[in-house]
Order: sequence, then structure tokens, then C-alpha cells
Amino acid sequence: MGSHTITSRTPGVFYHRPSPDADPYVTEGASVSEGDTVGLVEVMKTFHEVKADAAGTVSRFLVENEDEVTIGQELVELET
Amino acid sequence: MTAAARSGAELPHRGLQSVLVANRGEIALRVVRACRELGIRAVAVYSDADASAAHVRMADDAVHLGKSAASKSYLNEDAVLEAARSAGVDAIHPGYGFLSERPGFAAAVEEAGLVFVGPPSSVIATMGDKAAARAVARSAGVPVVPGSDEVSSVDEAVAAAEQVGYPVLVKASAGGGGRGIRPAGSADELRTVVAEAQREAASAFGSDKVYLERALQGPKHVEVQVLADTHGSVVHCYERECSLQRRRQKILEEAPAPGLSASLREGLCSAAVDLSREVGYVGAGTVEFLVEGSGDAAEFFFIEMNTRIQVEHPITEWVTGLDLVAEQLRIASGDPLSVAQDDIACRGASIEFRVNAEDPDQDFLPSPGTVDALELPGGPGVRVDTALMAGDAVPPFYDSLVAKLSVWAPTREQALARGRRALAEYRVDGLPTTIGLHRRLLDEPAVVDGGYDITTLETWLAGRSP
Repeated sequence: MGSHTITSRTPGVFYHRPSPDADPYVTEGASVSEGDTVGLVEVMKTFHEVKADAAGTVSRFLVENEDEVTIGQELVELET
Repeated sequence: MTAAARSGAELPHRGLQSVLVANRGEIALRVVRACRELGIRAVAVYSDADASAAHVRMADDAVHLGKSAASKSYLNEDAVLEAARSAGVDAIHPGYGFLSERPGFAAAVEEAGLVFVGPPSSVIATMGDKAAARAVARSAGVPVVPGSDEVSSVDEAVAAAEQVGYPVLVKASAGGGGRGIRPAGSADELRTVVAEAQREAASAFGSDKVYLERALQGPKHVEVQVLADTHGSVVHCYERECSLQRRRQKILEEAPAPGLSASLREGLCSAAVDLSREVGYVGAGTVEFLVEGSGDAAEFFFIEMNTRIQVEHPITEWVTGLDLVAEQLRIASGDPLSVAQDDIACRGASIEFRVNAEDPDQDFLPSPGTVDALELPGGPGVRVDTALMAGDAVPPFYDSLVAKLSVWAPTREQALARGRRALAEYRVDGLPTTIGLHRRLLDEPAVVDGGYDITTLETWLAGRSP
């Protein structure tokens, strides 16, 4: 078992859910496939889905909902 | 009334002593500059990310709103109202975007005993509701795109589409800025699209009301600038051609609209004034139309009214010589317009190039970052509206527009040449922008001959993709 972190392609604001009233994309303990959406980054009024670039189980979020993130910042840790 | 009282230009400013500029970036700076020229104290607002921004540095005073995210600062109505109270201003100028077209915010400003620099909140509400706006246009005798009333089910939509005629566009009643619009070419497609559009509208705008419009073939987007004061005077300031759009976002605009016949221009401008009168408009506003066909066969249809100052207002200032933001402040002070319709002429040609922090080679990926070095174009007939200075950071939290280059010349051909010259001088190091895209666009025959429509830019971009 190894671990993998998903990072942000752009700076912006990170969201766990597609809209304020929606359920989160994934929660800790969920298993994800490569290409699954695990979050959303808002940059300059546009929204970019954060995709898992490996399969695994979400072990923890490294940023809170609505946190400001920088390019390359680690967002989600997976157990692979 | 004495001659001096009729002519606002000769009066000192009595109404407004101080204005809160509830925006950021180039438009905040534009409003600050207009205030200072009129002797009005300009109070800026700012988020954490903008603490040292140009609009803050150049204002007379500044109030901190909150964290960097727009929802925590420039979109936070309570924070903006509290800033206005603490700064003791008489009025709030919302600029464009952010709180500028929220009727609830304008109403809260009015209730706080302050002046909202814009139309009454009831007018913002009416023109912000697409179905209500179409009803206003119809009662003013202004043609609207063939379309339906609001529909609340898929079956109602299919029945309505039989009347409207395919292809249709499904639009959210509460939408704006091109969001929430979906095409459908057949009843089958429409069934899927209406359901999707209702879901999206409910989550994005808090209302699932949608309506249908016929999709026009290769239309041009032409809009008319209007000014209306509180003394019953409504004037137009001619039109702007804004068809060069990507994902319904304008990228280059020009005035006057090339190829428009004199009778069509007269029709558009009169329609804009009639519609503004009908709704009881006050302030600066823009009435947007689609024009289908060309020459004598051209027809125009009202699409919507923007109840605020527009990004592309400088090209109208170039061709008319008016200061539209100063007129807004004059109107908000209760003064009459400084000009009558007969005094407003359209001279020469002007083009605006929107400089966005986006990478045209990476599908316009937003590109925040730091500007290492900057060389701005200058010389005759060149204007740059920007709040971005060398060393400044472009934060990721707000719109990607960082500057507007506009040029003026006696003829359109000369304006194109001046645009090429100015774009060649313009250099931004440190982040990608749309400057290079504009240089290429000015070599495109469809742009040079002015025959482009709202599909031209996206078609051209698709053709360049690998």
C-alpha cells in the first residue's frame, strides 16, 4: 500500500462540493477510480474539476472547503 | 429655471460629496478618476488580496471588506453597506459585475438613505427578469426575438417550440452574461435540454423558470448606450458592435457598428430610447440587440438591457466625446444631463481590445500570476484602462480582465492601423494574456472587413486548434 496526493492545476478557491447545497464529491474513506472528480477549484470565475490521477481510497483532505489554494498545492491524499 | 440651472456643466457639484466605489480593478479606478475630476471624495473598498491595489492607492480613502474570495468581500452586501456607513459616503457606485445588477442590494442602499448610482431597484428587477424585460420591449413597440412565455414543464416547452420554430435556445429567466443558455434543434433534443436547463437554473439562479427563443442565423450583437436623468431626459449615445465573442464573452468591440445602414442605426437608437422611457430608466444603461441579415433586409431584435456601466463604455466615450461615468455621477446627484440629443454626434471610429489574463493557446485557461514587466502603448488616439502595474499580482479570485486598450481614429481603416500599432507596443511579461490573440485577429479578413457575426470568433478558434 502506498499513498498518492492529488494537486491543484491552478490557484484559486477549493470546494468539496459542486454547489453549496450539494453533497460532497467524495468523503474520507471513499474509493475513487482514476478520472473521478474529487473537488472543484474556482479560478477567475471559472470552475475546474479536480480529477483523481490515480485509483485509491481517500485517506484525507489536505485543505478545507473554500480554502484558498496555490498552483501545485496538495489537495487530497489517497491510499493506493 | 435659469440657463445656468439647465446646464449642469456650469454648476459646481451640489448633490454628492462622497462616493463608495464598490468594485475593484480597472473599473474601480475609472470611477475613482471620475469622482476626483468632479471634486467628489472617492472611497475605495478592498479584499485581503487587493490591500495594495491601484484602485486603493488612488482613492481618497479605503475600507477593508474581508477575505480574498469575492463572496467574502466584493459580493458581501452587508460588508459593503457597513463600509458605506463607516466611511460616511452619500452614494455607492457599483461599477459592473459584483453587486451592480442585484435589485436587493440596490434596494438596501436606497433603504439605508444612500444614493445607488444606477437605476431604481425596481427597474433593475424588471430588466433583470428576461420575461419581464421582453414584456417591456413589446409594450414600447420594440421587436423581440420570437420566443415563448415562461415554461414550467418539458411538455409545455415542446408545445411552445412549435409556435416559435426550431432551432430554439432555452434560456433561464433569471440568467445573465450568457449563462444558462442551451440550443435545441428538435423536439427530442428539447426534451433533454429543458430538463437540464431547469436543473441548472434552479441551482445557479435559485429559480427554475426557463423560456424559449428562436435561434437566429449568424446574427450580429449590436448594443445602444443610453443615458437618462431624473428630469425626464433620455438620450442615446449611438451603438457598439460586440459580435466577437467566445462563450458569449465579448473580446473586442467597436463603434460605430460597421456596415449598419443609416435607417437601421436610427431604428436601433430610437428603440433603445423608447424602451428606456417605457421602463422609467435612470442612469447609464445598455440596450442589447441581435441584428439578422444585412443591408436593407436587416432586422433587429431586443435581447436584454444591462442596467449599469458597461466594460466597453470607452469606445462610446471616444466617438461621442462624453464622459459616461461623470454623467452617471451627475444623474445620481439629481442634475440634468450635460447634453441634449442634438449635441451628441458620432465621430470617427473606435475599437476596444480586452486584455484578459488567459492563455489563448491553452483553451483560454485563466492565468493568474505576477506581472514582471509591463510596457503600455501610448501616443495619439490610444487609451489604456487598467489597474495593473508592473510588480502587481493578478489574483485568482476575480474576473480575468486586467486591461482594456482602446483606440480612436477619424476612419475605421485608420483605427485598425492604430490598433495594430498599439498592440505591437503592448508588452506584459510574467503571465499569458489575450494581446497576441488580438494581433492575429486584426489580420483576419472577416475582422478587417467588419462582416463578422457572433459565430465568427469561435469558428476561427476551432479552426486553429490542433
